[in-house]
Amino acid sequence: MGLEKQITPLHLDVLKEIGNIGAGNAATALSILVDKKIDMKVPTVRIITFDEMLDLTGGHDNIVTAVFLRVEGDVSGSIFFILPLDQATRYVQQLTGDLSFSFSEPPYSEFGLSAMQELGNILTGSYLTSLSDFTGLDLYPSVPSISVDMAGAIISFGLIELSHTEDFAIVIDTALDENGQKESETVKGHFFFLPDPDSFSVIFKTLGVGMND
Amino acid sequence: MIKTVVRVGIADMKIVRAPGTIRTSGLGSCVGVILYDSKMKIAGLAHIMLPDSSLAREKKSINTAKFADTALIALQKEMAAMGAKSLKAKISGGAQMFQFTSQNDQMRIGPRNIDAVKRELQALGIQLVAEDTGGNSGRTIEFDPETCVLEIRTVYQDPIEI
Repeated sequence: MGLEKQITPLHLDVLKEIGNIGAGNAATALSILVDKKIDMKVPTVRIITFDEMLDLTGGHDNIVTAVFLRVEGDVSGSIFFILPLDQATRYVQQLTGDLSFSFSEPPYSEFGLSAMQELGNILTGSYLTSLSDFTGLDLYPSVPSISVDMAGAIISFGLIELSHTEDFAIVIDTALDENGQKESETVKGHFFFLPDPDSFSVIFKTLGVGMND
Repeated sequence: MIKTVVRVGIADMKIVRAPGTIRTSGLGSCVGVILYDSKMKIAGLAHIMLPDSSLAREKKSINTAKFADTALIALQKEMAAMGAKSLKAKISGGAQMFQFTSQNDQMRIGPRNIDAVKRELQALGIQLVAEDTGGNSGRTIEFDPETCVLEIRTVYQDPIEI
C-alpha cells in the first residue's frame, strides 16, 4: 500500500510540528545573521505528486539558489534550502560585504558561493539540531552542496530516493519571508524536508503516534 | 497557425504529431528521451527518473514512464500503435546537479540513467542519433517532429540544437 494512504491527520500534525520546530530555529538563526526580522510561515505538510512538488518553487524552469544536503542516522532524507536569486544575492552581499556580488549572472565568485553554502549550512544545521533535541533521534547531515539552476532540475534530485517506491512526495514545507515584503512581491524562501519513505514510521513511533502496519 | 506544445511532466511520457512540438522542463539527473519517426512526423518524449524498476518493491502497478527499462518499451509500443515504423532516438539530461564527495551510488544517478537508457535503446534496436548529456546543468528540451531538431536550453547559455 502506498505510504500516502497510511498517513492520518494526526500524522500530518506531527510532521507540521517538526517543520515548526526546525524552521523556527533556523529562522531565528537567519534573522541574527542578516540582522533582519524574518517571518516564518506556518509549516505545511503536503502529499503531492512530483510535478506539484516542482511547482512549489515557481515552476520547473524558474531559476533559484539551492543548498542541498542529505540526512543520515535514525532518520534519513533530503533537505533543501531554496532562495529566490535576488534574496540570495542580498544575503550574500550582506554577509561578505561585497556589494558587487550577484546571483543573476555567472560566474559567481568562490567567496560568494561559499558564503551562501555556509548560510545554508548554519540554517539546516539549526533545523536538524532542534529536530534532534525534540525527538531524541540521532541525525547526521552531509556536507551541504550548492547549486544555482532550474528549480525542477534541482528538486527532482531530492525525489530520487523516494521515487524508487513512491509516486508521491511527502514534504514538510516552511516558507520564510523577510518582514515587510508584500505577499505577491516575490517567490519566498523555502525549507523542504523530504524524509525517505522508510523514515516515516520511525518518526511517528518516536513521537508516539505509530502507524498501523 | 498556432503550434501546440505538448508538455511532459516528470516521470511522464507523451506523443505528438507535427505540426505540434513536445517539451519537458527542468531536466536534472533525469533523462529526456525522444523517439521519433521522421517520415511519419511523430515523436514521443519520456522524462525518465530512474534506471530500472527492480527497486519498485512490492508494488502491483508501477508508473512505467518513471524507469528506463519500462518507459522506452512502452513508448515504442504506443508509437507503433499510432503508426510509427522506423524509430530513432535523441537523448538529453543526466546531469550531476550537486557535487558530492559521498560514495553513495545514489548521487551518481545522472550517469546511471544515461547508461540505462542507452542499454535499453540498444536492446530495442533503436538507433541513438544524437545526445547532449552529463554536465552539471539543468536542461529544458523541445523537439519538433517536423524538422527532427531537439532544442536544448540551459541556464545562462545560448540554446543548442542537436
